[in-house]
Amino acid sequence: MNWKDISAKIEGLQNRGTDLQKRLRSSRKRIALLLAVVGPGIITSNVDNDAGGISVYTQSGAQYGYALLWSLIPMTIALYVTGEMCARMGVVTGKGLSDLIREEFGFRSTFFVMTAGFFVDLANVVAEFAGIAAAMQIFHVSKYISVPIAAVLVWVLVLRGTYRQVEVVFLAACVLYLSYVVSAFFAKPDWLEAARHTVIPTMHFNAGYLVMLTGLIGTTIAPWQFFYMQAGFVEKKVSVRQYPQARADVLIGSISCMAIVFFIIVCTAATLYTSGQRSITDAAEAAAALVPLAGKWAGILFAFGLLNASLFAASILPLSTAHVICEGLGFEAGIDHKFKEAPIFYWLYTILIAVGAGIVLLPNAPLWKILIFSQVGNGVWLPVVLIFILLLVNRRDLMGEYVNSTTFNIVAWVTAVAMILLTFVVVYTSIFPNAVGAAPPG
Amino acid sequence: MQLYATELMGAETYDDQGNFVGRVREFFIEPADQPNRVARLLLSRGRFQPLVAKYDQLATVAPGTIRLNCNERALELYQPNEGWLAVRKDLLDQQIIDTQGRKVVRVNDVDLAEQRMNGGVELRLTQVDVGLPGAVRRLLQGIVSPSVVRKLQSGLPQRTIRWEFVNLIEPDPLRRVKLRITHEKLEDLHPADLAEMMEELSAAERQGIIASLDEEMAGKVLAELDERLTRQIVEKLDPEKAADILEEMAPDAAAELLADLPRETSEELLDELPGQEAEDVRELLSFDRSTAGGMMNTEFVFLGETATRDEVLNWMRTQDLNLDSLDSVILLDSAAQFSGIVTIARLLMAMPEQSIGELKLEPLLSVQPNADEQEVFELFDKYNLRTLTVVDETQRPIGTIAVDDVVSRLVAK
Repeated sequence: MNWKDISAKIEGLQNRGTDLQKRLRSSRKRIALLLAVVGPGIITSNVDNDAGGISVYTQSGAQYGYALLWSLIPMTIALYVTGEMCARMGVVTGKGLSDLIREEFGFRSTFFVMTAGFFVDLANVVAEFAGIAAAMQIFHVSKYISVPIAAVLVWVLVLRGTYRQVEVVFLAACVLYLSYVVSAFFAKPDWLEAARHTVIPTMHFNAGYLVMLTGLIGTTIAPWQFFYMQAGFVEKKVSVRQYPQARADVLIGSISCMAIVFFIIVCTAATLYTSGQRSITDAAEAAAALVPLAGKWAGILFAFGLLNASLFAASILPLSTAHVICEGLGFEAGIDHKFKEAPIFYWLYTILIAVGAGIVLLPNAPLWKILIFSQVGNGVWLPVVLIFILLLVNRRDLMGEYVNSTTFNIVAWVTAVAMILLTFVVVYTSIFPNAVGAAPPG
Repeated sequence: MQLYATELMGAETYDDQGNFVGRVREFFIEPADQPNRVARLLLSRGRFQPLVAKYDQLATVAPGTIRLNCNERALELYQPNEGWLAVRKDLLDQQIIDTQGRKVVRVNDVDLAEQRMNGGVELRLTQVDVGLPGAVRRLLQGIVSPSVVRKLQSGLPQRTIRWEFVNLIEPDPLRRVKLRITHEKLEDLHPADLAEMMEELSAAERQGIIASLDEEMAGKVLAELDERLTRQIVEKLDPEKAADILEEMAPDAAAELLADLPRETSEELLDELPGQEAEDVRELLSFDRSTAGGMMNTEFVFLGETATRDEVLNWMRTQDLNLDSLDSVILLDSAAQFSGIVTIARLLMAMPEQSIGELKLEPLLSVQPNADEQEVFELFDKYNLRTLTVVDETQRPIGTIAVDDVVSRLVAK
């Protein structure tokens, strides 16, 4: 080997080195770009897995084993399609959903949407605090201690932080959902069987199965999340150029949300269903039942997951609601304002938490009825919000070239109509649990 | 009598014969003609093409009923016109800038006043309602009788903005011209206030405001805005306009702005800048942002230390100096090296013939451009400085760091 060869080789190596560096830099740049946008989509989708949701997933795993896993794929699509429209609207118009409803549909419609939204969300907040109480009871902590502490914690977190800081805390909470993944591994499920049921649908035409199926889908998409997600993108000042990243955020959120649901169902299917404990009614009971079957840690992690989910949703819901109402009705809103600048925002926020936690603390609080009421509320409310969204996202004067394409519209309307029908079924069976001859889900 | 647009929407309109003509659906203002006069009323007649009544065709106006002083046949057919400001579509429920209260607010209702003219009345837009009374009217209009609504609203706290302090936000530049929307009122605001308000608007609206401000104000506002927003705006601006704005900015602010832009964009803008300015900015850009060089401003006043107070003041009067931020001048010795600074207050109190070299502050402080920002902060803290001079290796002053630069850096941390 002569000198020339060696120097050529060295040069080649150096070039490869700088090439690698360049590639590394550009991929790092891409990640940085994504991080500047990421947040609203992932947070919102994960908050879907709140107290009510986890209860339903647990039941479906306990009662039907892996048989309902296939529904997760269409649910992921529905979650993505609806979420993406809001993300797109937020990014393109730079305005929140309530802003747009106000500007395009006038004061009275907005007032109606805001008032109804307030009560539906309040019921949801109560359900989240009930979830906190239930989770902490597994750790032998009385609700009279856990709920007030949680309420204060939530209140302070948001009032003392800026949007950025709060978002970081929320993103961290998303990671804590992984406790369900660990729980599922403790349960030693039959992964092959689980995978098969995820891809190949199995239909049973008995009433109980259908009710459970609708329940699963009905709890996945909550009306308030559209407002929250859109406001999140607006508050982050995501521009149209960053829309691909925003879309990725929504996609990652939808998939990760459904992945967690998968592990919850797998965990309970492998243990409770297999051992014949199929009449489990809520997540707390499931956590307790897991201990003898999959070990202490599986139970603790399961309960911890419920606590995290409830706490997480309890911090976001009041915030989102107060935000949406103030935006729509023209009051100052947002945690970047001080109390004096946005008094109505902060009062609404405080009332939602105080009343939400307060109801759970009533000695004989009918928690289970509240949980149903919140689901019924969501169900009735969802179609209204979805229709507003579809009307707005198709307005060329607002969205320009970013209006829904025909294909997307078909998918979106099918999703919307399916969601609407399914939630009606959920509402109907919640109010008249004996109508279809199925055991009441609670 | 005080009238409200909400109460008049849907009002039944009759001609001079007492025949029903239609219901009021919209009020139009023609800003090109008169800024506050309701120039036209849109009257809908079910399945027939809507009619338009002009301002000089109104006889009486009362909540729920409007009478015209002409025959139905004298009314023109409605043709949409981009130059008309529509009260319902362009004003109600939209965001406006309250230039007096320095806030972005949403319009609940529009207040009108009758002005008697010979043979009729004209409606004048007096103020916009952004408070609860307007909200109550909007909510109850058509459900509860107007007299009950008026009683209800009288107890509520008022929040109104006089029409002359209302600044409309219109992202479409052509429409802005047609509606005669200038942003002169915004130019009287403090740039920091305007920047804060713009954060609440959508991207298109922010773009519209920057595009219609004069370059000097636009530059000041951009310097105050969040850097991500600044980047978004500048990237979308016409490069020529962007360069004009940059030219009006202080070199350090311009450099800071350019540093955030993608390389090609900033290079393109630098090429548009005039030579000296571009050179200054390029030099500033070459320094690391976290060093004294990255913080300094290259615009400063320097004088020979042997000059007398009067000579200095006379010379300064002839210069175009930024008096709001000037708090000291830099002294040079005969070798053109940095020899100290003199505060404006000391200059004022000195004797007319006193040489300014005698006035300079002790100790003599300066930093090199590559000094770390932490070192700069510590100097400001230790000596309670307001300005610090940056010198090159030959002791020539190349820039100054002002206390407000230090404060923004510290707040950003």
